[in-house]
Amino acid sequence: MVTLNIDGRELQAEEGATILEVARDNNIYIPALCYHEEVAPYGACRLCMVEIAADGREKLVASCLYPVEEGLRVKTNSERVKNNRRMIMELLLARCPNNKVIQDLARQVGVDKTPFKLEDKQCILCGLCVRACEEVVGVSAISLVNRGVNRQVASPFYEAPDACIGCGSCAYICPVNAIKMEDIGDTRTITMPNPKMKKIEFKLKKCKVCGKYWAPERQLEYIARIAGLAPETFDVCPDCRQ
Amino acid sequence: MNRLSSPDELEKLRKSIIKQRDPNKPCITICSGTGCHAYGCERVAAAVKQEVKQQGLEAKVDVRTTGCHGFCERGTLVVIKPRNIFYQRVSVDDVPEIISETVLKANIIDRLLYTDPNTGKKIVYEPEVPFYKKQKRLVFGNNGYIDPTLIDDYLAVGGYAALSKVLFRMSPEEVIREVKKSGLRGRGGGGFPTGIKWETCRRAKGDTKYIICNADEGDPGAYMDRSLIEGNPHSVLEGMIIGAYAVGGHQGYIYIRNEYPLAVRNVQIAIKQAEEYGLLGKDILGSGFDFSIRINRGGGAFVCGESSALMASLEGKVGEPRAKYIHTVERGLWDKPTNLNNVETWANIPLIINQGADWFAEIGTPRSKGTKIFSLVGKVNNTGLVEVPMGMTLREVIFDLGGGIPKGKKFKGVQTGGPSGGVIPESLLDLPVDFDELTKAGSMMGSGGMIVMDEDNCMVDIAKYFISFLEGESCGKCVPCREGLKRMREILTDITEGRGKDGDIELLERLSTVLIDSSLCALGATAPNPVLTTIRYFRDEYEAHIKDKKCPAGVCKELITYQIIDEKCPGCGLCVKACPTEAITFMGKKKPVILDQEKCIKCGACYDVCKLGAIKVE
Repeated sequence: MVTLNIDGRELQAEEGATILEVARDNNIYIPALCYHEEVAPYGACRLCMVEIAADGREKLVASCLYPVEEGLRVKTNSERVKNNRRMIMELLLARCPNNKVIQDLARQVGVDKTPFKLEDKQCILCGLCVRACEEVVGVSAISLVNRGVNRQVASPFYEAPDACIGCGSCAYICPVNAIKMEDIGDTRTITMPNPKMKKIEFKLKKCKVCGKYWAPERQLEYIARIAGLAPETFDVCPDCRQ
Repeated sequence: MNRLSSPDELEKLRKSIIKQRDPNKPCITICSGTGCHAYGCERVAAAVKQEVKQQGLEAKVDVRTTGCHGFCERGTLVVIKPRNIFYQRVSVDDVPEIISETVLKANIIDRLLYTDPNTGKKIVYEPEVPFYKKQKRLVFGNNGYIDPTLIDDYLAVGGYAALSKVLFRMSPEEVIREVKKSGLRGRGGGGFPTGIKWETCRRAKGDTKYIICNADEGDPGAYMDRSLIEGNPHSVLEGMIIGAYAVGGHQGYIYIRNEYPLAVRNVQIAIKQAEEYGLLGKDILGSGFDFSIRINRGGGAFVCGESSALMASLEGKVGEPRAKYIHTVERGLWDKPTNLNNVETWANIPLIINQGADWFAEIGTPRSKGTKIFSLVGKVNNTGLVEVPMGMTLREVIFDLGGGIPKGKKFKGVQTGGPSGGVIPESLLDLPVDFDELTKAGSMMGSGGMIVMDEDNCMVDIAKYFISFLEGESCGKCVPCREGLKRMREILTDITEGRGKDGDIELLERLSTVLIDSSLCALGATAPNPVLTTIRYFRDEYEAHIKDKKCPAGVCKELITYQIIDEKCPGCGLCVKACPTEAITFMGKKKPVILDQEKCIKCGACYDVCKLGAIKVE
C-alpha cells in the first residue's frame, strides 16, 4: 500500500493502481472519455490530465496511466488542469459540435463555444470500440486506420467485416454514442460513424420456445465455438431456458 | 576471415593490416556520401579505378571510396592522402589529370582547389579549408579514412580496441561509471545523460534486456546519422556491443529508415564482417559474452523516431507512442528493459572508452560534453555536415564554417533541432550551442539540424511549414496533437492568406501551452516551438500579416503584388515571355511593360528573369 494526497485528501492505495482508479474509488471526479475499466488504459483523450509535483517541478500527467507512488501529491482541479481541460473540450467541440455528450461535457468544464472552425463529426477517435473489440470480444473486426488528422475507425476495406459477430460491444462502450445499433424484426443493424462504411446487418436468432429474436446468430455461433458448447445450446433464449 | 578468439589475436590482426599498408603510398579517397552521390561520385570513383588500372598503377596507388566527408556543397570531393590534397567539384573528366599530374608528379591542379570566398586564396590541403579548420571531427573524422564496407579499414584506425578493453579489463559497472563520468548526453534530441540511462537499465529487473540503435532520422534537412552509419558503421556497432555488455543485454536491434538504402547495405555488410571476425555473435573475442544485432527497417513514419513508437513498430504493431511513466529502460521492447540510444551517441562510446572520460569531459561546456554533428543547410554558403565542440557559437558555425549567407543577403534566423525546434534570431547568434542554452532560447538541440534563413524567408510561413509537416506526421492518437496541430495550421494559413484576425496570436499561444502540457509524446509537446519562437522573436511579422495584411518578406502570395518599376524597365520583354498567364504586355522597345494584376498569379517568374531589378514585390 502507498499513501498519496489527492486534492488535499490523504489516501491509501494499492501499489500499481493508477491515479484515476484511486480517485474514482474515493469519489473524486476526473473527467475522461477514452477510459473504461474493462480495457487497458490508453491515454488518448487527455481529459484526465492532473497536476503532480515531480523532480521539484509541477507537471501534468494522464491520470488513467500514471501509477501512484508513495508521497505523490495530485491536484485534479488546478488552474493549469482546468485550462488544459477547457482547450481539449474546445477542440472536441469543434470536431463534434452536434454531439450531445460532447456538448454537455464542454458546458460542464465551462466551455460553451469553440474558437475553431466547425466540423460535423460524431467520433472522437478514443479507440474504445477498437480496444473492446480486440481485448474483450477478441475478434478485432475494426481498427484505427490511417494517421494523424486522417485517422478513423474502420473495418478492412470499409466492407462489412467478416470477423464481426454483431455483438454490439462497440456501440455499448462508445462514450459519445457515435456508433448506432438497432434491432428491428429479425435484423440487427450497426452503423459506424464512418461515411465510407455501409450499415452492417446481422440475422437474429429466433427462440424455439417464445419466438422472440434475441441475439445475432453469428455471436451465438462464436460463443458456442469458443466455449465448446453444442450449436443447439442457444436454440432457446435465456428467458425460456429456466 | 579467421575468427578472433582473444584480444591478442585482434591486436595481431590489426598489426598485420597496418603492416601491409604503406603510410607514404598515395591514396585517392573519393567521398561517397549522400551529397556526393547526387553529384555522381560513383562515376568518378569508377573512372579513378579504371585509370589507375589502365596506367598500371595498382601497386603504387590505393583507391578508396569512403563515407561522407561533410562538405557536401562542394562535391564530388576527392582527397589525396597522405598529403591531404583537397579537390572539390571533381568530375569524371578531371580524373586522368589528377592521376598523371597530382599522383604521379605531385603537381597541384589549380582549378580543382577550393577558393576561400573571403580572401580569394586557393587552398591546397583539406585541414586548411575554413569549413574544416574550426571543426573537431572526433566522431565523424574517420569517415574520410575508411571504406565502410571493409572492416579491416576500421581495424586499421584502431577499431574494436575499446570493445576488447571493455570485455577483458573492465567490469560492466566500470564501463557505466566511465560513461557517466564523461558527461555524454543522448544525441538523438532529448539530451538525457547516457550513463544514467545505462545504469537504470542495468539495475532494471529481468534477465532479458534489449539494446536498440535509433537510426530513424526523420527531420527535414538532417542527415548526420545517415552519414555516420553509412560512413562508419562499425563505430556504431562497437558502441552498441559495449553498451550491451554494460547493461547486460544479448540482443540488439538497429531500427533504420528504409529510405536509407546505402546505410542499410553498409550496416548489413558491417554486421556480417563483425560476425565473421567473432566481434559479434557468440563468445565475442573469446570472452564468453554473447551479443547479436538485427536490422529492422522503418516504414517511413516520422513518429517512429520516438522511442516508444519505435519499439511498438519493432514489435510489429502500429508505430504509436505510449505514455512513458514507466520508462523504456524498465519496460520497453516486449515489456523488457530496453536501452535505446541514437546513432551518434553509440558512435561516441568507443572514443570515451579508448581515450577516457576525463579527456571527453574536457571538451564542451559545463553541462554539455563532447562534440556534436550538425547538418548545416538552408540559406548558407557551405551546406554540409559539421562536427564542432559543444559551446561553439551559432555565429561561428554559420559564418566561419558555413561561410555566411549566399548572395550577400541578410541573416534572419536559424532553426535548430528539426521541425519541432525553434527559430533563433540574429540577436542571439552569439549563443553557445549546447543542450541547455538552446532550450533556454525556446529551441532545442534536437538531433542536430540547423536550417539557416535569410531576409527572404517569412517567419509566419516558416511556422506554417513546420506545423504542416508535424500535422502530417502526428500519429493521431491524442487529442491535443491531432486536433491542436490541425487548428494551428488553419490559423497560420489564415494569417498567411490575409484572413488573420485579432486574437489569433493569443489563441496560438494558448493552444501551444496545451500541446506542451497535455500531448502524449514529445512530437506534440515540442511541436509548438516553431510557432512560439517566431512569435517571440518576430512578432512584428505576425502583426504585419494580421493588421496590415502585408508580408514583409514578400513570400505570402495572397499578401503581395508584383510591380514594374517603370524607370528601370527598358521593355526588353524577358518577363513577357516568362509570364505563364500573359499578364505582362509588351509596349514596344524602350517602353516599360505593363503588368495586369487581375491576371497575375504571383508565381514570381518575371521577378526571377528580370536582370535589371525592374520588378519589385510589395
